[in-house]
Amino acid sequence: MLSKIKNDVQNVGHLTLELISGIGAVFVFLIVTLSHSATSFQRFSLTIREIFFSGVLSLIIILVSGLFVGMVLGLQGYETLQTYGSSDSVGVLVALSLTRELGPVVSALLFASRAGSAITAEIGLMKATEQLSAMEMMAINPIARVVGPRFWGGVLSMPVLTAMFISTGVLGGYMIAVLLIGVDSGAFWSQMNAAVDFSHDVLNGLIKSFVFGLAVCAIATYQGYSAAPTAEGVSGATTRTVVSSSLAILALDLVLTAFMLKG
Amino acid sequence: MASDAAIEVSNLNFQYGERAILRGINMRIPRGSIIAIMGQSGCGKTTLLRLFGGQLKPTEGSLIVDGQDMRSIQTDALYQLRRRMGMLFQFGALFTDLSVYDNVAFQMREHTSLPETLIHDLTLLKLQAVGLRGVRDRMPGELSGGMARRVALARAIALDPMIMMYDEPFTGLDPISMGVIAKLIRDLNSALGTTSIIVTHDVQESLRLVDYVYFVSQGVIVAEGTPDQIRASTLPYVHQFVWGEMDGPVPFHYPAPSMQHLLAGQRSHSSGQN
Amino acid sequence: MNRATLNLWVGIFVVGGFIALLFLAFKVGNFAGGNLGETYSVVAHFDNIGGLKASAPVKSSGVLVGRVMSIQFDTKKYDALVTIRLDKRIPFSSDTMASVLTSGILGEQYVGLETGGEVEMLKEGSEITHTQGAMVLEKLIGQFFISKSQESGEGAK
Repeated sequence: MLSKIKNDVQNVGHLTLELISGIGAVFVFLIVTLSHSATSFQRFSLTIREIFFSGVLSLIIILVSGLFVGMVLGLQGYETLQTYGSSDSVGVLVALSLTRELGPVVSALLFASRAGSAITAEIGLMKATEQLSAMEMMAINPIARVVGPRFWGGVLSMPVLTAMFISTGVLGGYMIAVLLIGVDSGAFWSQMNAAVDFSHDVLNGLIKSFVFGLAVCAIATYQGYSAAPTAEGVSGATTRTVVSSSLAILALDLVLTAFMLKG
Repeated sequence: MASDAAIEVSNLNFQYGERAILRGINMRIPRGSIIAIMGQSGCGKTTLLRLFGGQLKPTEGSLIVDGQDMRSIQTDALYQLRRRMGMLFQFGALFTDLSVYDNVAFQMREHTSLPETLIHDLTLLKLQAVGLRGVRDRMPGELSGGMARRVALARAIALDPMIMMYDEPFTGLDPISMGVIAKLIRDLNSALGTTSIIVTHDVQESLRLVDYVYFVSQGVIVAEGTPDQIRASTLPYVHQFVWGEMDGPVPFHYPAPSMQHLLAGQRSHSSGQN
Repeated sequence: MNRATLNLWVGIFVVGGFIALLFLAFKVGNFAGGNLGETYSVVAHFDNIGGLKASAPVKSSGVLVGRVMSIQFDTKKYDALVTIRLDKRIPFSSDTMASVLTSGILGEQYVGLETGGEVEMLKEGSEITHTQGAMVLEKLIGQFFISKSQESGEGAK
């Protein structure tokens, strides 16, 4: 009995140490990537290509999801606010929820699943087929040439996607609340305008999405680069990217929100 | 001052963590020669190539490649050295997002400031040398295994390297493609004087091709010599390898408990049922 | 995917994001309000600030004219010292009245300013002397009960 408890405690200890060293490994990789970022900007066409693959190709899922989330907010918001006779404020509810929280967080989660896993798979596959090795043997640093542009392409795409997510969300809320339910259009926009502060809400939301982008891209590139060069290795790495990114996003969200509300 | 040996290895040891992969390796590869490193899968052959290319550092011993001490070489010097080396990977390792043309032109674009027109001519020259000028616009995914390897060869020789390393160039190819690759390696060596190091376990093809052979088994060199010496060797390991014998120094049976043990276990089991 | 198409799509992507940002700045959020331009600061003492927070709006006739910069406890007068930043373009007289008001029933609290009749205007560092603190619910209820019992007391006589 006692040995079982001892075993469990040891397991928890091991897991915690693994978690901490995992976070450390991602951080070290991030620093290395950043120090080799010159190529990503000097040969900007490489980064542009990655902005296309991470950002443009994620547009559809971001815009559609944004629309749906906004519409649901409009619907749910109206239901609840109506009981207090404040249905005119549904615009405020939709806009604030989206700009402060749902916009950055949901778009980052979607980005991690779609673009993050793709980045991991691509880099992992290049490792498994010895393309990274070949590049090294040709005296080209694979981190500068392969990892860097993918990292920056993702980081630059993230805030753009979040801005679009929030915008389509607001429009979705408008469609439901004003066009479908019949809330007054003028009240919808004017109340929203008064309640949403640019620097407090919109800017903070975009700062959050930038931080989330850094985290997701760091994790995605790290997992791809350190994947075992086999089929299982790559598939395990893509799964880990999605899971770790999602947890990181939620944890960072807590920290950033607390920080932003106080300041 | 360039020595006449392209690569000199003396008393090399390489460990990966706790495991000793290579022990006490001694080799001397003269410039312009073609040598083969043979042995079973997992004996450490590919590790040797990685050590030559500087991707791994020796744990002990000395490794001199083109006059450079590989244990203490700095990044810049290493990158300079790599531009004089070429490596053909087992399955080609072509960059899948670039076309055949872009793959071959890759090194020229990255390491030289040659104008595109010149690069165009050089790229087509290299592709012509391997007989694949016609697939220049195809993507690597559209090529067969043999063709991909030939394109990879064209890519590797783009800057006319001094040392070429081949990681299992014959594995998985049909006899015609095998012959083609062997001929290309030969021609390259005689045309450019490139020192060629072939890691393989294809005995027949390589004995026809090379000047000298090293046999590696479980991390040590067990035999070496010219192809004729190897064919005539009476060493049990070499004999088993060259003639493809099923049993010998490399046993057929993987270690397992003896048959008596197995039968004894069954007997007690059935008696327990009574 | 050739270079030109790639660049086109990425360009559309970035422009789209910029448009979204502008949309958020002007249609959704209060960009004009965030930027007050040149400002000057004044102080005011309140006996009770209620739920007033830093960066709460300062309005006159319902229009945003400034922001609350900081709220501190004044240990000399034992009340609340509020520092307000006002838009320089809008002058207020030195006998302006500042009250802590609530927007709507459940809304956030803000400072309402009503300009007075004095010719002299508030300057950088001036103090608003006429102030009215927030309505505290308990005190209101207490006052209500007192007046009610007074009424019934008089009625009983």
